Amino acid sequence: MSDRRTGTAGRPRVVLVTGVSRYLGSRLAGRLAADRSIERIIGVDTVAPRGEQRQLLGRTEFVRADIRNPLIAKVIASGDVDTVVHLNVIATPTGAGGRTAMKEINVIGTMQLLAACQKAPSMRRLVVKSTTAVYGSSPRDPALFREELAPRALPRAGYAKDAVEVEGYVRGFGRRRPDVTLSLLRFTNFIGPTIDTPLTRYLSLPVVPTVLGFDPRIQLCHEDDGLEVLRRAVVEEHPGIFNVGGTGVLLLSQALRRLGRPALPVPSPGVSLVARAFRGAGVVDFSPEQMRYLEHGRVADVTRLREAFGWCPRPTAEAFADFVASARPPMLDPEVAAAAERTILDLLTRGRVAPAPSPGVLGA
Amino acid sequence: MPERHAARRPDNVIPLREDVVAPVPGPAGPAPEPADWERRLAGGLAFLRRRITGDYPVDDFGFDADLTEHVLLPPLRPLYDTWFRVETRGLDNVPDTGAALVVANHSGTLPLDALMTAIALLDHHPASRHLRMLAADLVFALPVLAPLARKGGNTLACNADAERLLSGGELVGVWPEGFKGIGKPFRERYKLQRFGRGGFVSAALRTGAPIIPCSIVGAEETYPMLGNAKTLARLLGLPYLPITPTFPLLGPLGAVPLPSKWIIEFGEPIETASLGGAAAAEDPMLVFNLTDQVRETIQSTLYTLLMQRRSVFF
Repeated sequence: MSDRRTGTAGRPRVVLVTGVSRYLGSRLAGRLAADRSIERIIGVDTVAPRGEQRQLLGRTEFVRADIRNPLIAKVIASGDVDTVVHLNVIATPTGAGGRTAMKEINVIGTMQLLAACQKAPSMRRLVVKSTTAVYGSSPRDPALFREELAPRALPRAGYAKDAVEVEGYVRGFGRRRPDVTLSLLRFTNFIGPTIDTPLTRYLSLPVVPTVLGFDPRIQLCHEDDGLEVLRRAVVEEHPGIFNVGGTGVLLLSQALRRLGRPALPVPSPGVSLVARAFRGAGVVDFSPEQMRYLEHGRVADVTRLREAFGWCPRPTAEAFADFVASARPPMLDPEVAAAAERTILDLLTRGRVAPAPSPGVLGA
Repeated sequence: MPERHAARRPDNVIPLREDVVAPVPGPAGPAPEPADWERRLAGGLAFLRRRITGDYPVDDFGFDADLTEHVLLPPLRPLYDTWFRVETRGLDNVPDTGAALVVANHSGTLPLDALMTAIALLDHHPASRHLRMLAADLVFALPVLAPLARKGGNTLACNADAERLLSGGELVGVWPEGFKGIGKPFRERYKLQRFGRGGFVSAALRTGAPIIPCSIVGAEETYPMLGNAKTLARLLGLPYLPITPTFPLLGPLGAVPLPSKWIIEFGEPIETASLGGAAAAEDPMLVFNLTDQVRETIQSTLYTLLMQRRSVFF
C-alpha cells in the first residue's frame, strides 16, 4: 500500500467514513486503518457494526450518529476532520426499512452531511460513492457512457433517482466550497465472493428470470477493486467524476451460462409481476429501474479512471469468474462439457483422432 | 462461390492415394485425413460447447463474432448467393486493416441491403472484415431484435459510438438516409434522400477514417413499397408500414423478397485524415460539403449501375 506522493500536504489526517457498519464502509475503514500515515479514522453509522464488521474496522473510532441529524456537524468540527467519505447512499429499501426511509437517508442525509462539511474549515477532501445508474437505461443509450454524457432518460424512481439528487447536492457543495477536492465515483454493479447486492442475490437464484427478447450487456466491478479505488481516492488526490468498473462486458445470457444457471425468460409485461413476487417474498429486491436495466443494460467508459488513477479494476469477465468460483457449482461444469464434446466426437468418428476445431469450419 | 469449391478439392483428390488404407469409409470417401463432415462435426460440437458454457468473447458493444459467423449470417448466405446473386465491385477500395466508414444508400423497406453488404465484406473481402453497422434506436427498443442486432455487431447510430468504433480501427457501415431512405415509396426509387445531418462525416473527420461511398442496386425492388399505412404505423409506433404487391395481400408470404439482381459497388475512398481532424469537424460548411460530395458520388454511381443493368431480375 505504498503511495508515490512526495509531499504530505495532500495526505488526509482525519478521515470520516459514513455508512461504516455496512459492507463497503467497514472494509474501507479497515484498509484506511492499516495506513499509519492517517492519524484518525472516524466511522459513522446509525447502527453499531456487528461481529465481522467490527473486526474489520481495526483502530477506527465508531460514532453512532445519524447523518440526518445536525449532530454530525459536531462530529466533523470537534474531530477536525479533513476528509469525508460518503458511502451512506443505499441501494435497497429492505435494509433501510422501506423506500421512504431509504430516500430520507440518501437525500436528506446527504444534504445534512454536506451542510456540515460546508461549515467545517478543516475540510480538504470529499469522496462520494455514486452509481452509473444515474445514466439510466434506455434503447437510445450510447454503447458506453462517458462521465460528461447526459443521460437520455433520467431515472424516475428508486436508488438511481436518489443518486441523481445526491449528485446534484454534491455539485452544489463543490460550487460553494471550491477549496475542497471533490471525487465523485460512479460505481457499476459490484460483484465478488463476499458482497451481498441485489445483483448477486439475483444471480444466486436457482432459476434466473430474464426479460424475454432482451439480453443486456452488464459491466461489473470486483468488490476488492472497488475498495481499492475508494482508498486511492481518499489517500491520493483525484478531483472529478469517475466511472468505476471493469473493462469489457458480459451479456446476461452469457453470464448465466458461465454460472451454469438456467434462465427463465418472462415476457416484458409479466416482469413487474415476477419482480413484485420476489420482492414480497424478500428474495431479491429489484426496483422498476433495475428491470429496465435487465432490458437494455448499461456500460460505462472507465478510461478517465484509468488515466487519472494509473490503475483500473480488473475486467468484468475476471471479476465475474471470481464470483462463479465462489457460487454454487454449475449445473453443467465446463470441463464436463469439454469431456462430453470429446466423447461424442470419438463415438461418431469411431476412435479416429479429431482435428482441433478451427473457427469458421461451420460457416464454410 | 468459386473459392468454396476450391476448398473442397483436397478431399476429392485423396482417394487416388491408394497406398493409404482408410479405416473408415466416410461420406467423403476413404481418407486418412479427417473428412470434411468430421471437421464440420468437430467444429459444430466445439461451437455448441462454447455456447453452453458461455465461453466466447463479446466486445464492449455486445458484438459476438462467434455467433455472427456461425448462426446469424449462414441463413442469409443463400439469399446473397442464389436469390439476389449479389455482384460486388471495388472490394479493393475497402482497406484490409484499420478504420474506414462505408456510407451507402438505403432502400427496400427491410434493411436487407445492410445485411448483404455485411456478407459481401465478410465472405468476399480478402481480409474477411466484419462490418459494424450503425442502426436506428428503434432497433434497440424491440424485443428479440435488440439483442440480435447487438450480437450481430450493430450499435446505435450516434456520434459517440461511431467515433469509438472508428478509433478502435473497425470497419463501420452507415446508411445516413435512415428511415427516409428505406421507407420511401417505390416511385422514388434510386433517388437519394437527405443524408441525415452529416454526423457520419464529423465522426470520420474526428477519427481521420476514410469514407467509402457504397452504391447498392437491387434492394429497391425487393419489396416495392406502393403505399404506406401511416395511421396503423403510428399506432404500432413504427416509422412506416409498407403496402407492397405481396404484403399484406399474401400474409406471411409477403415477407419473401422479390428476386432482384443486386450490384454492390464500393467506390474510391475519400481521405479525411488530411482535412484537419477535430477542428474540421467543427466547421459546418466543410461537413456539409463533404456530405454532399459523398451523396453525389453515390447518386451518380447508382445512375451508372442502373444504365448497365439489363433488367431488374437478371
